[in-house]
Amino acid sequence: MQIIRNRTIHDVVIVGSGAGGGMAAKVLTEAGANVLMLEAGVMFDPRRDSKMMAWPYQSPRRGLPIPERQFGEFDAGWGGWTLEGEPYTSAPGDRFDWFRTRMLGGRTNHWGRISLRFGPDDFRRKSLDGLGDDWPIGYDDLKPYYDSIDRYIGLFGSNEGLPNDPDGIFQPPPKPRCYELLIKQASERLNIRCIPIRLSILTQPLNDRPACHYCGQCGRGCASHANFSSPSVLLPPALATKRLTIVANAMAREVTVGDDGLASGVTYVDKSTGRENHVRGRIVVMAASACETARLLLNSKSPRFPHGLGNSSGIVGKYLTDSTGTSVRGFIPKMMNSVPHNEDGASGSHLYMPWWGDNKKLDFPRGYHIELGGGRRMPGFGTLSGVHLYHSTGGDGGLVQSGGYGKQLKDDYRRFYGATVGFAGRGEMIPNENSFCEIDPAVVDRWGIPVLRFHWKWADHELKQVKHMQETFRSIIHEMGGTPMTPMPTAEADYGIEPGGRIIHEVGCVRMGHDPKTSALNSNCQAHDCRNVFVTDGGPFVTNPDKNVTWTILALAMRTSEYIADQRKAGSI
Amino acid sequence: MRRRDVLKVLLAAPAATFGWTDAEAAQAAAAAQAARAAATSKPFVPKFFAATEFRLVRVLADIVIPKDERSGSATDAGVPEFMDFMMIDQPPRQVAMRGGLAWLDVECQKRFDKTFINCADAERTAVLDDIAWPARAKPEFAHGVAFFSNFRDLTASGFWTTRMGIDDLQYMGNRSVARWNGCPAEALKKLGVGYE
Repeated sequence: MQIIRNRTIHDVVIVGSGAGGGMAAKVLTEAGANVLMLEAGVMFDPRRDSKMMAWPYQSPRRGLPIPERQFGEFDAGWGGWTLEGEPYTSAPGDRFDWFRTRMLGGRTNHWGRISLRFGPDDFRRKSLDGLGDDWPIGYDDLKPYYDSIDRYIGLFGSNEGLPNDPDGIFQPPPKPRCYELLIKQASERLNIRCIPIRLSILTQPLNDRPACHYCGQCGRGCASHANFSSPSVLLPPALATKRLTIVANAMAREVTVGDDGLASGVTYVDKSTGRENHVRGRIVVMAASACETARLLLNSKSPRFPHGLGNSSGIVGKYLTDSTGTSVRGFIPKMMNSVPHNEDGASGSHLYMPWWGDNKKLDFPRGYHIELGGGRRMPGFGTLSGVHLYHSTGGDGGLVQSGGYGKQLKDDYRRFYGATVGFAGRGEMIPNENSFCEIDPAVVDRWGIPVLRFHWKWADHELKQVKHMQETFRSIIHEMGGTPMTPMPTAEADYGIEPGGRIIHEVGCVRMGHDPKTSALNSNCQAHDCRNVFVTDGGPFVTNPDKNVTWTILALAMRTSEYIADQRKAGSI
Repeated sequence: MRRRDVLKVLLAAPAATFGWTDAEAAQAAAAAQAARAAATSKPFVPKFFAATEFRLVRVLADIVIPKDERSGSATDAGVPEFMDFMMIDQPPRQVAMRGGLAWLDVECQKRFDKTFINCADAERTAVLDDIAWPARAKPEFAHGVAFFSNFRDLTASGFWTTRMGIDDLQYMGNRSVARWNGCPAEALKKLGVGYE
């Protein structure tokens, strides 16, 4: 096949348009660089394409997932754990589920907007407990960038003065929903702190974006741009410079390397025509997501880099982590016959519980935070399902019969609507030698690009942590006078831990570090082996604290991009 | 865009401005057509259910959620048509549904020598009472219990997601709110919580 070679030399080619790619495009175009951005998915702008405010009956399947939209057909995200024509494999006996969103802005379109800074301890865990590794940077290196994105993108929250959950520049948090206050009452009796959550949703206008209108549907993409996504917040200012060109449906195949040992550009498949293209760049920024970036680097083999670009250490693909996760739902009789009112609020919970435990008294390292759910949400497929799981011997609403049909059941449905709460834990996994990705020796995708093969093992650390989550959620439900709707998962069921990749917080694979033998990138996220290649997605992460990774991807991407801009100015790349 | 203008756009936005793909739009149109057909009592021709199965589905759905003083029945809300769509849309559900309906009829044949439809109310109730409360059901009815729990859940999904079901539940959201003030005093009081 003939490769269409574009002769223009761009200052920067960015692979990916999500949090990391979007931030790099904004910073670099504003610093004067001409940037070409490759996106493997379709163009998307929530202002035009959001399904916000759709009713469940506007769909014949009432919002249930479809293969192309695995979070439900009203969700903004085009993608899922499986993609037609784009397989991946897992080693025998292992399982890792890889989520990919193929659209402009990637997963920033439909994420939970939970925007937590890592804390000072999170960058030096090995020094503290001997497990995992330390980062080559510390909180003080990132703090100015966290401050910048707080100011520019905006988020709500409350300053609490917690030592490892740093304060930020917050807009006022929305008042909690009534059942969240009930949860807080119970959790505080158990000495678990419950505070306003931190979400990148505006509660006050900021930078020409309006405040939230409280429809509770951030996952569908916000048509008013009141929440954060790359296409609504980062790409518009980059496009306004007239120095950004976005190529959609461009599936990157390989980073090419010149005779000088530097990256010369990227080849990609135009998915709409099937034609092969090559674009040239003085600098290549990889922001395709941790695993996709690792795949691209490993597939970029040349005589100079026989093991893949930036992989002389053999570290690319290694130390892949995801958050640990499990959840429990509880039926709370006190919440039956709830007073009709609109409690959509801002998307997600308004309160959360940051990690409160003391590991010296526990049998597992690190911690987790708890996200809340429940109440009178918009009905959708599955609403009031499992009515036979509502067990109670009485309480405020009278006897609960756990099943049935007819008039009794219809009245039960009305009493039960809004009478459940949900708890989801998100915890820190310790990076281990047995969890990584590599190129499958036999399998290619529909464009002939070799695919990833995953290896995945939880350690006892994670299983014990998830057991603690399950026990904690159940104790809060009991404290509320309620009943868990599922039995406690057994040790044989790994205490209900979600399979690797299911929490979609996968990072690592291209980790940063001072030593080129044990890391792929230096402390500026610049490849040790190739000074004009940078990574701005979750790939550089050395560890994966329980604080959802996007805010740190953004801060690190901004820091890396400013470093690139400075180096360009200095003429060193 | 100013906030006021944004809200105006949001409130005015008809369904047509959502980013449906052609396939989704076609499906939505087909579903709307099915619902209209049901509403005007033109005969709906199921794609999955055989005619006898569909008669049973209609009867059973209305036993699960009957009409009462507050809202209509499952068939009034188009639940049987919704179930027929879901069976085609999600093939893994098909065997359990078809087999469960057969289980119910065979159970009635064994006890009363009649299909469920032809049973008297008391006979229907006798069978349903054995399978409708999983916690107290006898082990020999486990397959009937599993079927009925699934059927009940699908009925609930189909009913409570319609305009009729949403109004019945008094869900008051899915709208733009100019200022979020938390929950009303009455709701807080009922749970014994407050904003201080």
